[in-house]
Amino acid sequence: MTVVIDRATGKRRGDRGPRPGPLQRLKHSYQKFWYAYAMIAPVVVVLGVLVLYPLVRGIYLTFTDATSLNSARTIGANHIEATYEFIGLDNYADILWGPTAYDRFWSHFIWTIVWTALCVLLHYVIGLGLAMLLNQKLRGRTFYRLILVLPWAVPTFVTVFGWRFMLADGGVINSMLDAVHLPSPLWLEDTFWQRTAAIMVNTWCGVPFMMVSLLGGLQSIDGALYEAAEMDGANAWQRFRYVTLPGLRSVSSTVVLLGIIWTFNQFAIIFLLFGDTAPDAQILVTWAYYLGFGQQPRDYAQSAAYGVLLLSILIVFTSVYRRWLARNEQQLAI
Amino acid sequence: MSTTTVQSSAPADDRAPEAPVPPRRAVRRGERSLAGSLTSHGLLIVASLIALFPIAWLVYLSLGPDKDDYLHPGDILGKMTFDNYAFVLQHTPFFDWLVSTLVVSIGTTVIGVLVAATTGYAVSRMRFPGYKKFMWVLLVTQMFPVAVLMVPMYEILSELQLIDNYFGLVLVYCSTAVPYCAWLLKGYFDTIPFEIDEAGRVDGLSPFGTFARLILPLAKPGLAVAAFYSFITAFGEVAFASTFMLSDTKYTFAVGLQSFVSEHDAQRNLMAATAVLVAIPVSAFFYLVQKNLVTGLTAGGTKG
Repeated sequence: MTVVIDRATGKRRGDRGPRPGPLQRLKHSYQKFWYAYAMIAPVVVVLGVLVLYPLVRGIYLTFTDATSLNSARTIGANHIEATYEFIGLDNYADILWGPTAYDRFWSHFIWTIVWTALCVLLHYVIGLGLAMLLNQKLRGRTFYRLILVLPWAVPTFVTVFGWRFMLADGGVINSMLDAVHLPSPLWLEDTFWQRTAAIMVNTWCGVPFMMVSLLGGLQSIDGALYEAAEMDGANAWQRFRYVTLPGLRSVSSTVVLLGIIWTFNQFAIIFLLFGDTAPDAQILVTWAYYLGFGQQPRDYAQSAAYGVLLLSILIVFTSVYRRWLARNEQQLAI
Repeated sequence: MSTTTVQSSAPADDRAPEAPVPPRRAVRRGERSLAGSLTSHGLLIVASLIALFPIAWLVYLSLGPDKDDYLHPGDILGKMTFDNYAFVLQHTPFFDWLVSTLVVSIGTTVIGVLVAATTGYAVSRMRFPGYKKFMWVLLVTQMFPVAVLMVPMYEILSELQLIDNYFGLVLVYCSTAVPYCAWLLKGYFDTIPFEIDEAGRVDGLSPFGTFARLILPLAKPGLAVAAFYSFITAFGEVAFASTFMLSDTKYTFAVGLQSFVSEHDAQRNLMAATAVLVAIPVSAFFYLVQKNLVTGLTAGGTKG
């Protein structure tokens, strides 16, 4: 550490002397930071081999017509070479404005947006409400917290099966609705109710994360701020609006972004809740999986193209979000 | 707590003889009226019931011996048995699944946390050239939808003969767990004062020595959260596990559980029992580390 500081202060950067060449600079930064590079080397290797290379390969696949029928494969002792061909941007054109593009892409796209927005909104509002309830001096609040965290503690694939039992026709939810003479919808068969059920289950699974993060944020707000606000005659709503919400800003901007990314990519809940039975309730991620692995023949190229489209949507969204935060003079905490 | 009550009651006693204060006690901050606290309790109880019910229901259903008992839950009460559990433990590949799940999740945890810790430390302490780009890559990697990498990874792993292989799955999971853990640990390392590093360097430790002997022990809560996150990611992942694991003795629980409900036969009672058996150890593990969870998760967030 000390060496670095000495050099940084000892060397005056400015108009004196020519700027060292790229090779020299590289050598210099290597001398200065060799251990930093050594420390990130493993992660660079892991990401390079497991993310970057597959990504490049995946992008290449989207320009081909690869399916499971023409890819390289081994049947018994025979190895069959890949025979797929380069077809340029046809996959993207087909997905975005091909003959049945609305049914295949846009309907899922709209539903994915609705799903993400509704789920994150519900997560945040319910999570914040519970966090604020738990942040008071209340008897048994540790006990409440332990129970409320339960949906997060139990693995999703377990709880989704629990929900499947409950939502099944004749399951406990419909029995209860029957008992109070409310209509009992076909949760797992009717498109609208499938979507409602998916949002419900995802909300149930996702609230604890928000609650715990926001509770941490609430606890870090200085109590003196509330006292000052109270002295100035702020009522409960004003204290919430002008002390709590600004105090939560940096935590919120982070968890909301994470929530959006995770919900947008949420695979397990919809996949396990419906399997292949609900083509209209699939969000883009599960739909892409269905194209690539859930049908015969497997359409690798289209599936990969969906993946690339999804990733582009997320990258554009995240950049806009970061820029928007920067304009409001906030920094993303993660 | 006791000191504040003493202090606040003392001035009230002094004032009492001078000016007759109205008997209504001022509500101090943090204290709620009776109605307010009843509402809070009421809301929290309702929320707790909602959080608890699906899991309690699963446990209850797992006690019913017949596979259609979930449609007549009232009947289970009369014929509760642990038969399902006995059957699952004796006649299904439960222990195979347990082994493969543990191998995969622990492998991911160990490799993931090790790699993430060094990375997190490097990006927390050193502003090396390429720092910003690197952080951006880490962030972008987190938002990869499964669909992007699934197809090419499948091809690559099958070329490397790593399909249906634990190590292949561990590597795949590391690619999702490591970036998030690195971010998380970077946030945690940022809260450890730089002076500690400098003191270590002055005392003659190498950069790696500082990291291993001083920083890692101080970062235990953060490491716990990272470990927990990797474990849960690997434990509960469905998409890759369903695609990459082919033989039914190598299924992880997330895949094995689906195999109870096939097109011909839905053994829901056995599925429920397995689900409960799976959930118990994981939830126990969760509660062990949950104390560190709040601090660790928001370490990056609260300092803004």
